[in-house]
Amino acid sequence: MMRNTKLTTLEEAIRKSGLRDGMTISFHHHFRGGDKVVNMVVDKLAEMGFKGLHLAASSLSDVHAPLIEHIKAGVITKISTSGLRGELANEISRGLMEEPVVFRSHGGRGSAIASGELAIDVAFLGASSCDELGNACGYSRSENAKSICGSLGYALPDAQYAQHVIVITDDLVPYPNVPMSIPASLVESVVVVDSVGDSSKISAGAIRDSKNPRDILLAKSAAKVVINSGYFEDGFSIQTGTGGASLAVVKYIREEMLARGIKASFALGGITAHMVKLHEEGLIGRLIDVQSFDKVAAESIKNDPFHQEVSAIDYASGEHKGSAVHALDMVILSALEVDTDFNVNVLVGSDGIIRGAIGGHQDTAADSALSIIVCPLLRGRIPCVVPKVTTLITPGASVDVVVTEYGIAVNPARPEIAERLKAAGLKIVDIHELAAKATSIIGTPDPLPFGEKIVGVVMNRDGSVLDYIRNIEG
Amino acid sequence: MMFVPGNNPGMMADAHIYGPDSIMLDLEDSVTMAEKDAARLLVYNALKTIDYGTTEMVVRINPLSTPYGKKDVEAVVKAGVDVIRMPKTETAEEVRELEAEILKVEEEIGAVGRTQIMAAIESALGICNAYAIATASKRMMGIALGAEDYTANLKTQRTPGGDELRLARETIVVAARAAGIACFDTVYSNLDDMDTFRAEVEYIKTLGFDGKSIINPRQIEIVNEVFTPTPKAIEKALKIVAAIKEAQEKGSGVIAVNGKMVDRPVVIRAERTIALAVASGVLTKEEAAL
Amino acid sequence: MEIKPASAGTLESGDILVRIAPATTDGLSIDLESSVAAQFGGQIRHLITETLEGLGVEKADVTAVDKGALDCTIRARVTAAAVRATGKDVWRD
Repeated sequence: MMRNTKLTTLEEAIRKSGLRDGMTISFHHHFRGGDKVVNMVVDKLAEMGFKGLHLAASSLSDVHAPLIEHIKAGVITKISTSGLRGELANEISRGLMEEPVVFRSHGGRGSAIASGELAIDVAFLGASSCDELGNACGYSRSENAKSICGSLGYALPDAQYAQHVIVITDDLVPYPNVPMSIPASLVESVVVVDSVGDSSKISAGAIRDSKNPRDILLAKSAAKVVINSGYFEDGFSIQTGTGGASLAVVKYIREEMLARGIKASFALGGITAHMVKLHEEGLIGRLIDVQSFDKVAAESIKNDPFHQEVSAIDYASGEHKGSAVHALDMVILSALEVDTDFNVNVLVGSDGIIRGAIGGHQDTAADSALSIIVCPLLRGRIPCVVPKVTTLITPGASVDVVVTEYGIAVNPARPEIAERLKAAGLKIVDIHELAAKATSIIGTPDPLPFGEKIVGVVMNRDGSVLDYIRNIEG
Repeated sequence: MMFVPGNNPGMMADAHIYGPDSIMLDLEDSVTMAEKDAARLLVYNALKTIDYGTTEMVVRINPLSTPYGKKDVEAVVKAGVDVIRMPKTETAEEVRELEAEILKVEEEIGAVGRTQIMAAIESALGICNAYAIATASKRMMGIALGAEDYTANLKTQRTPGGDELRLARETIVVAARAAGIACFDTVYSNLDDMDTFRAEVEYIKTLGFDGKSIINPRQIEIVNEVFTPTPKAIEKALKIVAAIKEAQEKGSGVIAVNGKMVDRPVVIRAERTIALAVASGVLTKEEAAL
Repeated sequence: MEIKPASAGTLESGDILVRIAPATTDGLSIDLESSVAAQFGGQIRHLITETLEGLGVEKADVTAVDKGALDCTIRARVTAAAVRATGKDVWRD
């Protein structure tokens, strides 16, 4: 019999938390575009009359546009996040907030939470299942499972370090909900709601292989870089993104692993069905999962003991020597822009509007043995290889190879990589040539109409400031 | 040779990044009558502006018998196209008509002899006249099979095995070889069946074709794989060519490689292997010249 | 030069839809909507003007919806719209 239930209403949980105006509240983004928790909680906080809150989310997306009204009303006055998209991003880029948004990488956020630099007063953590004492998971073993997200990796630092933790779930299961991601000992209140997320938008089903010929071309080139980099040997480790090209890379690497009889020790980061397939075939020993990108990955983390959930700290912190990125051989990353110094921008569009997220970009590029950026030279008339990035997110010192459809550029700091790729017959070009090629095709863009107001601060993963984002006019 | 619709600027902008040997911008079947004028201007401006590198640029014009044909010739010759592909070619006389049109424009802009012709043969009459077509002009660089119209003309349809095309294919290869020009096979349209596509490419290579027409970048890799000589074949070919050089320098009439006599057809095949290796990018021109 | 309403181009990515109509003002009026307006709006307007003036079209109302077209495409679409609007081809008949 349960004597000390933590079940309560959202309003009561907030009262009990001791939240006051000006404090910091936190959220995770594992429900991605389907998230209902942020809007639900902030609506309630507004209704209860809170003002001046600092919203510290692991990331925010299109679905969080209702925050605009709460910012205008003074409920939220500061935001920390990995990324922003959609109408909220658009308004903030145009100067909606008085205080700039602080952007951190996933590893940087984990470090900042652990060090107290980002001190969280109350964490509101959505969970796909929870018992009444607070043992919570991103999956569910009950028949009432509604909103499955898999790993809760980005929520774990919040659970560990926040002063007060409230779990919000739409699937209350009998005690004990083990194995658990968030243990009951870290949780103060449990709130049951109708729905924490729109499952159709949390994750796509199986993401189909891209048939876009340019994605395939980029993926094949990137796979050739991986295979001939010198790091492609038995026991290697790898991380890839979820774009069309990144997913296709896995397919071509798999073929070569089979051909050469090579196996990987682990795959890291956001895990997809593609990675799960290789793992189940015995080609990848372990999956280290901070975020499960699709239903296959979410099912796998529930059922497979060698598919391990990790917190953002254990995934990508630069401060914690045990974090997995330090053991990572190769990472394949995307970019909005790369410049001739190999600096990368994944946050601000070439129209000056924020439209992305730092994610694990800084962390994996810095700590992996080889970082490979895959991006087209041009997206329509938008150049992706430019003389200078609009906003600096990942310093060029951490970027080794840039793969485009017009050739592959290797950072001059890594001459041995360039030699290996040339020896394999790959077309290696100077990155200045790529930028010049882009200009010759599309012309020179006019400078963007940036204003004087700082709307965003880009932090490096060590807590230093990398760049400022100014408001866009017109 | 990759087909790209002539009224699709998005595809025209970067078709060369996939590495086809040649790109055929189409003004004919892929462009509706209402858009012929706009497509012609698009192709003209693309050819003049876009840097397609070393890719050979071909434009398929509308037949001269239509209201569009002559304007197409004027536009693409002025834009500096490498090759004009003439559709539905049936007689040598038609080729000479096209040649005269090309010459008129070339004289106007002072670039006589710049433009080559490729004839697409797409009917029973065209197959019967294949050799005459292949030899109708010194500008003729190659002949190609257009199988859709041809099978309709034969009153049959295309099958996976391609029995209905056998005579046409063999005739085109023989006519091209007799005329000393190139020959290209027709397209294969089912992008979801790469296995049948590969089998067809292997088959037409065996017949003697120099290349395959394709409709999507995804088909390029298979054509290149099939047509690229193996490292072993390249090595052997290089040895044969080197032995010839050495024999010629010594003034010796008898050539032997690895103790075996080498006669003329073997030399020609070796030279073709090296040319293919260079074209496929597995051998540099410098390596080939050694 | 007499102008009839005419258009050329599409709304596909990498293309531009150009509409030309009889002038309601003295000279060329260009209404441009572009996915890359911030970086290339001025250059696209300039190119449209230059192309039309080169064809002898000095008075017209132009509406253009650009989906990231390259300069060569813009030139081709503006020319095609102008040819259709004036009935005067750039190639000999």
